Amino acid sequence: MLGFLIRRVLQAAFVVLVVTLLVAWAVRLSGDPAVMLTQGAGSVTAKDLANIRTGLGLDRPFSAQYLGFLGGMLTGDMGRSFIGGTSVGLLIRHALPLTILLAVVSLALSIAASIPLGIHAAVKRGGTADQVIRILSLVGLSFPNFWLGLMLVLIFGINLGWLPPSGAGEVSGIVMPAATLAIILTATNVRLVRSTMLDTLSQQYIMVARSKGLKQRVVLYRHALRNCAIPLVTYIGLQFGGLIGGVVVVERVFNWPGMGSLAFDAVSSRDYPVLQAVVTVLAALIVTVNLAVDVAYGLLDPRIRSE
Amino acid sequence: MRRFKKLEFIAGILLTGTMVLLVMFSGLLFPDGGEAMDLSARLARPGVDWAHILGTDPIGRDVLARVIVGGRISLLVGVFSVTGAMVVGTIMGLVAGYYGKFWDTILMRWADVQLALPFILVAMTFTAILGADLWNLIVFMAISQWVQYARVVRGSVLTLRDREFVQSARSFGVRDWNILLHHLLPNVFGPVLILVTLNVANNILLESSLTFLGLGIDPIIPSWGGMLADGRSYMQTAWWISVFPGLAIMATVLGLNLLGDWLRDFLDPTAKV
Repeated sequence: MLGFLIRRVLQAAFVVLVVTLLVAWAVRLSGDPAVMLTQGAGSVTAKDLANIRTGLGLDRPFSAQYLGFLGGMLTGDMGRSFIGGTSVGLLIRHALPLTILLAVVSLALSIAASIPLGIHAAVKRGGTADQVIRILSLVGLSFPNFWLGLMLVLIFGINLGWLPPSGAGEVSGIVMPAATLAIILTATNVRLVRSTMLDTLSQQYIMVARSKGLKQRVVLYRHALRNCAIPLVTYIGLQFGGLIGGVVVVERVFNWPGMGSLAFDAVSSRDYPVLQAVVTVLAALIVTVNLAVDVAYGLLDPRIRSE
Repeated sequence: MRRFKKLEFIAGILLTGTMVLLVMFSGLLFPDGGEAMDLSARLARPGVDWAHILGTDPIGRDVLARVIVGGRISLLVGVFSVTGAMVVGTIMGLVAGYYGKFWDTILMRWADVQLALPFILVAMTFTAILGADLWNLIVFMAISQWVQYARVVRGSVLTLRDREFVQSARSFGVRDWNILLHHLLPNVFGPVLILVTLNVANNILLESSLTFLGLGIDPIIPSWGGMLADGRSYMQTAWWISVFPGLAIMATVLGLNLLGDWLRDFLDPTAKV
């Protein structure tokens, strides 16, 4: 088990390292930040540019800059934003919890919806309910999440006026972004629950439980669902990257001030230190979640460890 | 169940076929490319005037014309990005699966790196650097998705390469590239085709998201994502600008998803998903 753990942690660290290297390289491709910062600033001498470069530490060789960035990421000092000189660490500390909050709430909502729906579809396999759920889940996978967000704003924000159309100021501000993400997530998760449940229901211990005369509800939720939990957690963990991608887009629709909005503002103002930090932090988060899921799976199922 | 599957297939063909035909002949249907401005009918409501059955936008352009013309971008991005990813991924998967060892390790570790990065973030970074452009977008998508094909093909090749028909070919002295091309490639066709169908659908969604965010196609060119971005400012007064392009995306993508789903069951009748 220890070997498995060490191997997976090293693999995860390697992935994050490559990601940081790629991002640092890509940012360097983009041209001279000193020139971009002084655009439209009137007369700029070569000396001014050199001063800015020294100030930003851009006169050092790439390896030194990269190692400096890595060291900074580890100690939490991620440099300063090109715009206004705010500490990048501070920006991330404000945005990251909001992104995680949105992701977790949507995931929880989606799990709460997909488990009963998926179980129902599996039990009534081939019946009308199963077909309706199947078609709805296909439809749910067929529109962009931001459009669903817009439609919710149109219906509940503008026409009915029940909910605020955007912002994280009030508690009700999270309802529409979370609902948007949860609906899209449920479309995938319902299929996962259904197929794992079908596998489980064909097992002998389910037959035994039934033959003991246990109620259907007890058989499904006590016996079957528990054994579905391991594959479900794995699948859902693997989707975490996709979920973060979705959050980034939906944040923009609802002006939710998380990592997506931060990244988006950084892109439009070419604020590379912020963009670099956002991408690195999110990649590290995704890798960590995947690692945690893998390790949990390894702990619960001995067959995985030896692979 | 079987009859239902057939309906699913017919619905998929009808939806996808209609959208593809409309978009292909959009030049004939709307020779002005959706650019003609009817200034006397700005923000016309849908269903009132036959000339603008889906209404008009704030500068009097016909929404129906722009929705159909805008489909060109989506189909272009979907088809080209997936073709690129499929060709590269299939070759890499064949090589990694057949020769194993070194190439295999490199490929799988690289796949781990790519899978850790959501496409949207990568696209954001590269758009910030290289600028938003149709071909940049197609290339990003191909680069970020070839890994999926490589993994699927590698998996199939691993199970196939020690089977009798491959071994007998080898014992006759058939060259490696010939085995890859004529004995292994036809056998990985099914899973690759499923992936292609679902990825065209997925890339149409991604393109519209990026364009909506201002990171995709130039907003001057009519595209579904671009129209939705425009429509967002007029949601209070003109709902139709942000409803119809979304419905067009949904019709196209749903059609492809139905086909992909049907194909999966058709090629693997034992699957339960």
